[in-house]
Amino acid sequence: MMRTQTPRRCIAALSALSLTCALAACGDNVDPSQTPQANASSISGSFAGAGASSQQTAVEAWIAGYQKSNPNAKISYNPSGSGAGVTTFLTGATVWAGSDKPLDDEQVEQSKKVCAGQTAFDVPVYISPLAIVFRLRGVSDAGKHVNMDAATVAKVFNGKITMWNDTAIAKQNPDLDLPATPITVVHRSDKSGTTLNFVEYLKAAAPGDWPHKLSENWPNDVGQGAKGTSGVISTIDQADGTIGYSDYSQAGGLGTISIKVGDGYTDISAEAASKAVANASLSSEAKGEHRVVLDIDHTTTAEGAYPIVLVSYDIACPVYSDANTARFAKSWLGYVVSDKGQQDAMSATGSAPLPDNVAKTVRQSVDAINAK
Amino acid sequence: MTTTTSQPSPGLGESTLTAPVAGKQADKVFKGIAVACGILILVVLAAVAMFLLVQAWPLIGGDQAANSETISKFTGGKAHSFWGYVGPLLFGTVLVAALALVIAFFVSIGIALFISHYAPRRLAAVLSYIVDLLAAIPSVIYGLWGGLVLVPSIYPFWNWVAQYLGWIPLFAGPASNPPRTVATVALVLAIMILPIITSMARDIFQQTPKLLEEAALGLGATKWEMIKLAVLPFGKSGIVSASMLGLGRALGETMAVLMILSPGLKYSFKLLQASQDQTIAANIAAQYPEADSIGVSVLIGTGLVLFVLTFLVNLLARRITEKAGK
Repeated sequence: MMRTQTPRRCIAALSALSLTCALAACGDNVDPSQTPQANASSISGSFAGAGASSQQTAVEAWIAGYQKSNPNAKISYNPSGSGAGVTTFLTGATVWAGSDKPLDDEQVEQSKKVCAGQTAFDVPVYISPLAIVFRLRGVSDAGKHVNMDAATVAKVFNGKITMWNDTAIAKQNPDLDLPATPITVVHRSDKSGTTLNFVEYLKAAAPGDWPHKLSENWPNDVGQGAKGTSGVISTIDQADGTIGYSDYSQAGGLGTISIKVGDGYTDISAEAASKAVANASLSSEAKGEHRVVLDIDHTTTAEGAYPIVLVSYDIACPVYSDANTARFAKSWLGYVVSDKGQQDAMSATGSAPLPDNVAKTVRQSVDAINAK
Repeated sequence: MTTTTSQPSPGLGESTLTAPVAGKQADKVFKGIAVACGILILVVLAAVAMFLLVQAWPLIGGDQAANSETISKFTGGKAHSFWGYVGPLLFGTVLVAALALVIAFFVSIGIALFISHYAPRRLAAVLSYIVDLLAAIPSVIYGLWGGLVLVPSIYPFWNWVAQYLGWIPLFAGPASNPPRTVATVALVLAIMILPIITSMARDIFQQTPKLLEEAALGLGATKWEMIKLAVLPFGKSGIVSASMLGLGRALGETMAVLMILSPGLKYSFKLLQASQDQTIAANIAAQYPEADSIGVSVLIGTGLVLFVLTFLVNLLARRITEKAGK
């Protein structure tokens, strides 16, 4: 056994070494000419956040942008997942948390411990359209979209429609020559905010065809599960006739479904998603000061709106006991929700910028951050 | 005169044979280290068991309503109690590992016999080396290979199996495409445990007393009969313990399962269909990142069950080996 262990250790050591080199290389490509001098009002110190992995790429872009004006602020983000991020935040170990779902009442109550007696608030910072991606020979590789209304999508993902040339699909796509290929549904096997936001759409837009309760875990036995967005995409890529859902930025060369909104079908795009969010209302269920929780109108009929979106929140305290931390939280979140910050995220991930009406409310909440 | 010469001089004997020498101290130290190492194993085992118990305690002694809510969230409402959750996982774990063992067992014995009794000396040396090399490949590599290469390319085969052998409930169709199924995972796990079983079995077959083999041949046995009469009975207990070692690895294998299998939560023997079963280890790895505190104790509770299972398997292996050794 010892003999067989040694080479394995060597491989492990080698891969660790190469990984370190790769990471070091990542950290090195900051252009020195772009690093400005620290000015008196800039923030310094080390600050940590944790939470939703969906935000990770956007947060990296924000950190890079933020550090241009605050080069002495060291910011880290651990993409440990929404649940873990909120749990860490509630222990006081992190300044803010990223989460694909708003806080629940119990968590709001618990936050008094870390927010100097006040309750934490959540604001939307990252809005990403969720694509329904598919691979079908003769359709997706020809760059064509397939049109579906909400009921059809729900039936496909609930296993009621099992063939691509089903009349329900064919009727909506008179121009396409759909093959008689069985549909393989691919969904997330791990707990995921992407799943939650997707089934929220199904539940709201096609309640008759989607009987399952809302959950971050996939609720039925249809099709196949795969771990993480990358797992879903690679599974879809491995066979003909597959369909699944993912963050738009990850959809790559796969085909996307156009969703019926009003009388027409909307192709997925950042602008279309932003339009749907602009029509959203503030949730009345969210109790607590400064909270901005969106109720997306999944049944919107606004022309050109794409109603399947993932809304990811940042969770922070209105009051921090440490003055420096409070100063950081205010300026950091201020940057994230600024036009510049939203543009950063858009160019890095293809996310939709916060619509003006939402951004205004969000900035008011962020401005309220104070030291005790 | 005679008395003085016949009696050994006590002073001389003591100084050279029984008096303490420099090595005596080292002997004590070495014994101490060896004992400490032995005890360390027990301490580590106890520490792991304690860790699992303590972390899983909220599940056993805590608020059962909260537990059942967490479990039903984990499973999208498919299971509500811990045993309803861990039962199918346990079933999946045993099914996948047992299948892998069945596939790997016969191939391994074949390779081991070829190396020890059939192959020319030089080829045997090369083969031995390759088998040891296979054992050194990390499981994540097998997982990547299985997920990216084997899964897309093995579909036509499984489809053929489902078409012509579909009347056997195990192979009931339609075969899933892409085939991220128990059958594919078992195949990859079989390849992973193959080198372990092979190299142990080979070592044992090579130790078969020459006398026994020559006696069998001398009685007119053919080579196959000689192996059946002399080699296999001699190596029986070794083969069993090699298999159990392989089974142990298959039971705990995480990465390869995680990267290939499309998980489900059923008691299902449908090997060619996706989303039927899941293993405990892969389930922990999949659910851990997004689990809250109760979720973590539920997952660690399933880990405790896996711990007990591997313990029992090893115990059983010991029993069988002892019986076969007699």
